[in-house]
Amino acid sequence: MNSTNNALYNYCLRLADNNLILGQRLAEWCSQGPTLEEDLALTNISLDLIGQAESFYEFATTFTEANCTADDLAFLRSEREFVNNVLVEQPNGDFAYTIMKQFLFSTFAKHLYTALANSSNQTICGLATKGLKEVNYHYMHSSQWLIRLGNGTDKSKEKIQFAANDLWCFTKDMFEMNSVDTLLIEQNITINLSTIYTPWKNDIEQVFKIATIDLPTDTNKIIGGIKGIHTEHLGHILCEMQYLQRAHPGAKW
Amino acid sequence: MDNQFSQWEVFIQKKNGAAHEHAGSVHAADKNMALQNARDVYTRRNEGRSIWVVPTDSIVASTIEDEVVFFDPANDKIYRNPNFYKMPKGTTNL
Amino acid sequence: MQKNESSISFLEKQFQEKINNDIKIEPKDWMPEAYRNNLIRQMSQHAHSEIIGMQPEGNWVLRAPTLRAKKILLAKIQDEAGHGLYLYSATETLGIDRKEMIEQLQQGKAKYSSIFNYPTLNWADIGAVGWLVDGAAIVNQTMLARGSYGPYSRAMLRICKEEGFHQRQGYEIMAKMMAGNASQKEMAQDSLNRWWEPSLMMFGPHDSESTHSEQSMKWKIKVESNDNLRQRFINKTVDQAHHIGLTIPDKNLTYNKETRNWEISPINWEEFWNVVKGNGPCNRQRIAHHTKYHNEGQWVREAALVFAKKEMEIQ
Ligand SMILES: [Fe+2]
Ligand SMILES: [Fe+2]
Repeated sequence: MNSTNNALYNYCLRLADNNLILGQRLAEWCSQGPTLEEDLALTNISLDLIGQAESFYEFATTFTEANCTADDLAFLRSEREFVNNVLVEQPNGDFAYTIMKQFLFSTFAKHLYTALANSSNQTICGLATKGLKEVNYHYMHSSQWLIRLGNGTDKSKEKIQFAANDLWCFTKDMFEMNSVDTLLIEQNITINLSTIYTPWKNDIEQVFKIATIDLPTDTNKIIGGIKGIHTEHLGHILCEMQYLQRAHPGAKW
Repeated sequence: MDNQFSQWEVFIQKKNGAAHEHAGSVHAADKNMALQNARDVYTRRNEGRSIWVVPTDSIVASTIEDEVVFFDPANDKIYRNPNFYKMPKGTTNL
Repeated sequence: MQKNESSISFLEKQFQEKINNDIKIEPKDWMPEAYRNNLIRQMSQHAHSEIIGMQPEGNWVLRAPTLRAKKILLAKIQDEAGHGLYLYSATETLGIDRKEMIEQLQQGKAKYSSIFNYPTLNWADIGAVGWLVDGAAIVNQTMLARGSYGPYSRAMLRICKEEGFHQRQGYEIMAKMMAGNASQKEMAQDSLNRWWEPSLMMFGPHDSESTHSEQSMKWKIKVESNDNLRQRFINKTVDQAHHIGLTIPDKNLTYNKETRNWEISPINWEEFWNVVKGNGPCNRQRIAHHTKYHNEGQWVREAALVFAKKEMEIQ
């Protein structure tokens, strides 16, 4: 694999892993939503994310040995090989916590995909353009709930504020970069993530303001996702998700 | 006390230029929620391009008792039907 | 007083004539109270079945073995949530609201299909549920779409359309596992062994034992008998099982050339009634799950209502 292909492979895994892990988390809500309608809405988002993950894995396989499949990448890599951001692997907590996590990520994805829609790489550009439509909906859905919960009861306000405070330390990880980014930025395949930090923060501030949520002041940052350094939660997610593939090596499903 | 929100009726336009047709109903607390719930419940198979939601309470319906009074009088107004008129043989473009 | 009674019997006669002439009954039409109550019972039970049915399948969403399988299963369970929702809405046209129906479910006053009180123990169970449970449901629902109550029959039409892929995805899982390695085949056969008889029970007791059947047929709430529907299901399913190398777990299974029916051993109705009474392997678990997450959603629903009120005031 040449160095650009290697970087592209790694970058696709990052995008795919983020979507898959968050999609898997959202799927936990299946049959547990606060209303029947919301159950459908959450699993709809989950389906979008798993679909996006699949596409990015498929693109990643084009840089690997001939017989590697998207499923191999999803089900046969271990914790240290996953390069998702630590935010998405955090437990769902209550509905407010899930919605906050979704909002923080969807806002990031919205800006990232907007930028990647101009990627010099055709496939990245195509997948980002397609994904952006879905992500815009996720952003709308989660921001509206943020506003409802922030302006709802004392209890809901307390819960959504807690979620913001608690999740804030994981958000910095989304903007971390390494040599993969350096190489791909040079070729206009991706962007310098620091350029979307301010737009991301502006969106957050704007919605928080309407939702009367205070911007967290937590300066702690927990990073490492793109290096495969995760919180303890990821191992358990994979343990459950990969169980069948691991228990029956080589079986076709 | 449990609440399940109020009911909204959902109307979906399947393609551009078509009329909005009744698809079913959803429960929701507010307008935005009603619209999004309608989208998630009724357009998962790419069935829509525009949605209306209307609070169920706002729909005024005729009752079955009105059926005769309302609709029978239209029974015998056949002059509203183009075939009621006899055209001279050989007339075209009419 | 006398006049009133005679006018009711007149209405009843008129009502029955409509039914006999296959004219659909609509929410605002006059209907006998017993017809209304019978429908509320059956439709809410149907709605609850869709909702409780999400649980045994949801049990495998996080463990689905491929991305494709995960997407299919999620989309399928989502459809079931949708079906529950359509059916709650259709039932609401009879003057009961969703809140009340949920209460009845959680308090054990309303039933749901007993099939969902069995556990899904291996991945092949997801195949078996789609193939057998949805397969049985389709046979039943196609019949219900011809029923006399407009909103119910319309909901059934919509549901039948969506069910199209449910049974096929289940059978596909079974077929793949039967084409797989020894342990996959074993799982597939094991799951058929466990799900076969419960799926036959889904059609309800024999016609001779069924309490609601006769009146339901007269009102065209049901238009075919339990035993007929069950036989149709058996005939379809036995061939499908054989086609992929599965063995129907019934030593007495025989093909009757004259009637062209597959004949089976007597069904263990004792078990059926035991599960209906609440003593199946998962009855308590299913209701506890439903109640837990319903209660956990309470503060969310409250917040949304308070917010909606505030918004209205601003406007
Ligand atoms: Fe269903
Ligand atoms: Fe189904």
